[in-house]
Amino acid sequence: MRLELVPRADPGARARALAPLFALLAAVLIGGVIVALMGRSPLAAFHVYFVQPLTQGWALQEIAVKATPLLIIAIGLSFCYRANLWNIGAEGQFIIGALVGSILPLVTHGTGAGAWVVPAAIVMGIVGGMLFALIPAGLRVAFGVSEILTSLMLVYVAELTLDYLVRGPWRDPKGFNFPQTVSFDATLPYLVDGGRLHAGILLAPLVAVAAWFVLKHTLFGFGVRVAGEAPKAARFAGFRPNRLVLSAFAISGGLAGLAGILEVLGQIGQLKPGISPGYGFTAITVAFLGRLSPVGMIFGALVMALTVIGGENAQIALKLPLDLTRVFQGVLLMCVLAADALVTYEVRFVSEARA
Amino acid sequence: MKRLDGDRTGAPLIGLRGIVKRFGSMVANNRIDLDIRAGEIHALLGENGAGKSTLVKIIDGLLQPTEGMILWQGREVVLNSPEDAAALGIGMVSQHFSLFDNLTVAENIAVALPPNESLAGLDARIAAIGARYGLALEPSRPVWSLTAGERQRIEIVRALLREPRLLILDEPTSVLTPQEAERLFVTLKALAASGCALLYITHRLEEVRQLCDKATVLRLGRVVGSCSPREESVQRLAALMVGSEIEDIRPVAAHTPGPVRMQLTGLNLPPADPHGVALRDLSLGLRAGEILGIAGVAGNGQSELFAALSGERVVADAGAVVIDGVPVGRHGIDRRRRCNAAFVPEERNGHGAVPRMTLSENVVLSRHATGGVVQRGLVDLEAAKAVADEIVTAFDVRRGRNDPLACILSGGNLQKFVVGREILREPGVLVVNQPTWGVDAGASLTIRQALIGLAARGAAVLVISQDLDEIFAISDRIVVIHGGELSEPVSARTATREAIGLLMASGKGQPHAA
Repeated sequence: MRLELVPRADPGARARALAPLFALLAAVLIGGVIVALMGRSPLAAFHVYFVQPLTQGWALQEIAVKATPLLIIAIGLSFCYRANLWNIGAEGQFIIGALVGSILPLVTHGTGAGAWVVPAAIVMGIVGGMLFALIPAGLRVAFGVSEILTSLMLVYVAELTLDYLVRGPWRDPKGFNFPQTVSFDATLPYLVDGGRLHAGILLAPLVAVAAWFVLKHTLFGFGVRVAGEAPKAARFAGFRPNRLVLSAFAISGGLAGLAGILEVLGQIGQLKPGISPGYGFTAITVAFLGRLSPVGMIFGALVMALTVIGGENAQIALKLPLDLTRVFQGVLLMCVLAADALVTYEVRFVSEARA
Repeated sequence: MKRLDGDRTGAPLIGLRGIVKRFGSMVANNRIDLDIRAGEIHALLGENGAGKSTLVKIIDGLLQPTEGMILWQGREVVLNSPEDAAALGIGMVSQHFSLFDNLTVAENIAVALPPNESLAGLDARIAAIGARYGLALEPSRPVWSLTAGERQRIEIVRALLREPRLLILDEPTSVLTPQEAERLFVTLKALAASGCALLYITHRLEEVRQLCDKATVLRLGRVVGSCSPREESVQRLAALMVGSEIEDIRPVAAHTPGPVRMQLTGLNLPPADPHGVALRDLSLGLRAGEILGIAGVAGNGQSELFAALSGERVVADAGAVVIDGVPVGRHGIDRRRRCNAAFVPEERNGHGAVPRMTLSENVVLSRHATGGVVQRGLVDLEAAKAVADEIVTAFDVRRGRNDPLACILSGGNLQKFVVGREILREPGVLVVNQPTWGVDAGASLTIRQALIGLAARGAAVLVISQDLDEIFAISDRIVVIHGGELSEPVSARTATREAIGLLMASGKGQPHAA
C-alpha cells in the first residue's frame, strides 16, 4: 500500500482561492488540540489569540506594526518563489539591511545632521539587503550552488555579525555595557500621538501595489511568472535564467533590507541583538498563506501578526509559552502547503507488491 | 513458452465485452468489444485521442473500466493492477522506455523481474530468448550506449522473460529506423508463431498491412471497424481511422529556391548533459523558398540542433550561424527573432507554450521582442489578445471559451496555435522541430499546408522530424542527422526511403565512432 499523488486536470479557481482558508481552519483545530493537551481550554485560548487583539485599540496598532515587516519581506520573497527560487534567508537580509542602514544614523549621531539622514539610511538599508541576497544568487549562477542552503546559512552570518558589532565597535559607551548602540537621533515620525504606528507602515501597502503592478503588467514580471511555470518556455522566450535569478534575489533582499531598516528607524530606534523576532522566517508562511499574490499576502501578514500579538496575550492571560506561537505558525505553514498539494493533486492509495 | 493450440478453436484468449471508461464527463472508451486469439497479431488502429491508450491501460490493469467485462479464455476476470495482468500472462512494451541509463542491460532486466525470482543464470536466459527471437543484446553493456532499437529490445526481453501469452506493443516503431523496424517485425512474427497473441497499437497503416492478421479501428472512443488489413487498401484503412477520405497535401509547383537565408558553417556544440549528443562541424545552407527536412532517429542531436539554431544555446563562433547575412552565433533567441527568424520547439507543453497561462499571455511569450505586444517594458495584453484572436481565426484553433489557459486546448489545437503564432509573423526563416508530433490528421494537414505556403512566399523553412512520411510529404531537400552530424542534402524528389533509412541508421554510410 502506498500513496500516490495524481495531478488534477483542472483544480478550479474557487478551490485555489479557498485553500488557505481551509488551511487556517485546520491549523486552528490542530492548535486547539495542542492547547488541550497542555491542560488549558482551547476555547479560551482561541478567544485570547484571535478575538481579544481585535477588540483593543493598542493591539490593532500593534498588529499593523508587526504586519509591516512581514508584508514587505513576503512580497520580496514572492518574486523568488514565483520564479521557483528558494530564498530562505530573508531573516539574514533583514538584519544586514538594518545594519547597513544604521551606519548613517550612527556616524551622524550627535552632529545635528538634517532630515536627509532617514531617507538616505533607508536607501542604504535596501542596498545592504540586496547585496547580501546577491551572495547566494551569485553562487547559484556561477557554481550551481543550491540557494536554499547558502541563503539559510547566511542568516547565521548576519546574526553573528550584528551580535559582534553591538557588543564591540558599535556599542554605546554610555550604555552600561548592554549590547546595543546609541539611540538614534534620526528616526521615523509617529503617525498618532502616544501610539506606536510609525511612518514606515505607509510604505507596506505601496510596496504591495508596486509588486502587483510589476507582476501583472511588466515584461519583467511576466518573465518571473514564466520562469516559475515553465523554465524551458522561459528560455524559449529569451528570458535569461541567470539574470532572472539575480534580479529576483535582488528584489527579495532589497525588500527584506527595507523591512529591516524600517524596523530599526521606526520601532526600536537603535541596533541590538534580536531586532527581529524571526520576521524573515514568518514571512515565508505569509507568502504562501497569501498564495504569492500581493493582495493575498496583505491578509496573510495581518493573520500572522495577529498570532504574534495573540501569543503575547496568551503568555500573560493563560501562561502559555511563547514557543506555542512558533509551533502554531509552523503548523499553519504545513497546513497551507498541504492544502496547496491537495488542491493540485488527488491522493490515491495504491496497493502494490513492491515499489 | 506454452503452446496454446487448444485455444485457437475455442474461446478467444482475451475478450472485451462492452468496455466503457469515463473520466468525468469525458467518455474515453464507449462500449468496446474486442477479441484476440492466441497466435494472432491484432492491430489496434486510431488517431491520437481515439481511446487506444485508455483501452490498453485497461487490458494491462492500470485502469479499471467503468462498465463492461474482460474475459480471459472465456472466464470473467478483474484486473486491479498490472501485477494481476502479468499473473494471467499479459505483458506490455510501452512507447516510452522505462530504463535506467546508467545501469547495464542485465541490471535493467533484473529490476523488472518479480521480487522472488532468482537472478542466477539471468545472462543465459537473456541470451536464450535473444537467440530464439532475434533480439541480440549484450547483457553487460550500459544502457546509455545503446540505440533506441536496442533499448526497445530490452523492454521486449523484459516482457518475454515472464512468458506472456498476450503481449501489448504501444507504437513500437515510432523510434526505429525502417531497417530496425524490419528486424522487429521478424521478431514479432516469430513470437506469434510460438502461440503468443500480440496487440499492436499504431497509426502507421503500412505496418499494419505488412504485419497484422486482424485490425480493429477506434475513433472517438468507439470501434468503427474491424477488418483483415491485408485485404484492405491503405486509403480505406485511413478513411476508417479519420472518418473521412483524407485530403492530400497540395504540392507547390516546382520552383527554384532563392538565395541562402540561413547558413551554418562548422557549427559545434558540446552536449548539455552527460548523455546528450554533441553537434560536430555542421554546415548547411537553407535557401529562400525551400523546405529542408532533417530526418533522423530520436536522440541523434535533434534537440541540440534546435537549441543551436534558435539561440536557446549560443556558440562561441558568431559566424557559425548566419541569418540573412547577419552573424548570430553568439546572439540569444530574441536577437535572432529580430533578424526575422522564428522557432517552434518540439514540446508544446512547457516549452513552446506555458500550459497554465492564457493564449494571449502565450502570444507575449514569443512575440515580446519583435514589437506590438510590449511597450517600454509594459505588456499590452489587449494587443496580445488581438494577436491571439488572429491566430485562432487563421489556423482554425478550437478553443471553447474566450482566451482560455493553453492547457485547456487539445494537442492538435495547441500545436496549430503555437505554429500559427510564428507563421503569422511572416518570418524569413522558420525552424520547426516535430511540427505535427502527436497531432490528429486534420491539424497535421493544416500545419503542413501552412509550412508549404510560408516557403512559397519566400521564407526558408527547416523542419526537423522523426516522421519520414512527413519529411517526404513536404520537403524539397532532405538531410539526415545522425550522432550529431549532418549528411549531405539530397533532393526529396530523387531520394528513396531505403537510402534515407540507411543514413538514419548509420550516418554517412561509414561505421560511426561512438
